[in-house]
Amino acid sequence: MIVAEGKPIAEVAKLIEDANKVLVVGCGGCVTVCLAGGEKEVGVLASALRMLRKKEDKPLETVELTISRQCDPEYMEQLEKYITDDIDAVVSMACGVGVQFVAERFNKWVVPALDTKFAGGALEHGVWGERCGLCGECILYKTGGICPIIRCSKSILNGPCGGSQDGKCEIDTEVDCAWQLIYDRMNTLGKIDKLLEIEPIKDWSKSRDGGPRKVVKEDVMIK
Amino acid sequence: MKSGSKLEKLFNQGEFVVSGEIGPPKHADADIIREHARMLKDYVDAANLTDNQTAIVRVSSIASAVHVLAEEFEPIVQMTVRDRNRIGIQSDLLGAYSLGVKNVLCLSGDHQSFGNHPTSKNVHDLDSIQLVKALKDMRDEKKFICGEEIKEHEPRFFIGAVANPFGDPFEYRVMRLEKKINAGADFIQTQCIFDMDRFERWMEQVRERGLHKKAKIVAGLMPLKSHKAAKYMQKFVSGMVVPDEIIERMEKAEDKKAEGVELCVEQIKHLQQIEGVAGVHIMAVNWEEIIPTIVEKAGLYPRPQIKE
Repeated sequence: MIVAEGKPIAEVAKLIEDANKVLVVGCGGCVTVCLAGGEKEVGVLASALRMLRKKEDKPLETVELTISRQCDPEYMEQLEKYITDDIDAVVSMACGVGVQFVAERFNKWVVPALDTKFAGGALEHGVWGERCGLCGECILYKTGGICPIIRCSKSILNGPCGGSQDGKCEIDTEVDCAWQLIYDRMNTLGKIDKLLEIEPIKDWSKSRDGGPRKVVKEDVMIK
Repeated sequence: MKSGSKLEKLFNQGEFVVSGEIGPPKHADADIIREHARMLKDYVDAANLTDNQTAIVRVSSIASAVHVLAEEFEPIVQMTVRDRNRIGIQSDLLGAYSLGVKNVLCLSGDHQSFGNHPTSKNVHDLDSIQLVKALKDMRDEKKFICGEEIKEHEPRFFIGAVANPFGDPFEYRVMRLEKKINAGADFIQTQCIFDMDRFERWMEQVRERGLHKKAKIVAGLMPLKSHKAAKYMQKFVSGMVVPDEIIERMEKAEDKKAEGVELCVEQIKHLQQIEGVAGVHIMAVNWEEIIPTIVEKAGLYPRPQIKE
């Protein structure tokens, strides 16, 4: 899933300092799962913003709503009747995708309430870790299911570098060396020989370096 | 002869090669580079010019190498894959060759979080092994990375790479070295050696795989000025192993600098006895002026000449 984290409340307050009435929109997708922008977080943020503004003697009116997914036009329709003329700004609690879909659809000032972090998963309750670099051409079959592009601090494809020690990365003793993990896994699976092959230079044009990407699945297209 | 560099010729003559290192300054004047070049040129066969080491902005390694060439000394240009993509790297290397540089050392580069621009973006379009292969393909296949032919004047570098016998996983280190050599490395400089036992175990594996016959292995050394430096490296520098005995020895010594020189000379003499070690690379960080003393005391002065 996309993992995101709430911006500091004061930062969000600053983004809407000129507004009198805002719509705070949550998303029922990834950000609900990672406890950053679901129904509960919408309630918490809206009341915090109201309290802050009350203290400043500039009361703020909030409308709260959470839709199933902000990254899908189908659900965006639910928003329509809430985007009234008196709404000065929309605070989106979705990932960067949701913020953009709302902004593309409605002629309103839309601000993000979250910082979108990465594609990852839950490591334990309350902790999420990055797992996918979204490079557009998966090589996990070569590395025992561990991604060096995003989990190695230098995206080394023929690792590890000289900074790997005691299983940890040179940048931080809290960060696992991806290549130690790859080595251990390939060793366990009896596939160390595969690591002797030189992995060729990657085609980054399949990643964001090729420009904004699109996936087209013609068989399900309506027109 | 692959490159015809002085370094390559000396290896081919079977000499025990000695190289040094010059760290470029954090300003736009080259006097210090030239001064170090003049100081070292009779005592070592070549010197590395570091490429923004520890990710701190300095005079570029290629510009520094040009100053070294002007002093009639042999540069080894370090090239990391941290700051440039394949377009920048190939372009800079064509430029370096056109300016007379013949030795390149390929590295990943320290992560930018260690340097003075920790909020920068890193590139890593290639990794160090892929860079070695790219240089070999430019030289031997006359091809750019994209496969396009270099119609004339291909850069013919003597290709260096690094190896760290002290990084983990230890069992995989020699296999990775083999990958680098298969990719095209002609010579290898190792991380600074303090743990001689571990280095010897690593060299055993190197010999078992016959790698010392495929590439020249140059042992890295760092003369110590004090026990504090040794302690710092033991504790904070990832991929470095500094045994307690060395720290104790430095701690006990009355004249720390003299002890550091003594230790380095002992290490050189020990390394000369190890089969497959083709030379030493002395990294006297912020202490370049000590290199002549060490080389003399190790009995490695005067340096050999190229036989015509």
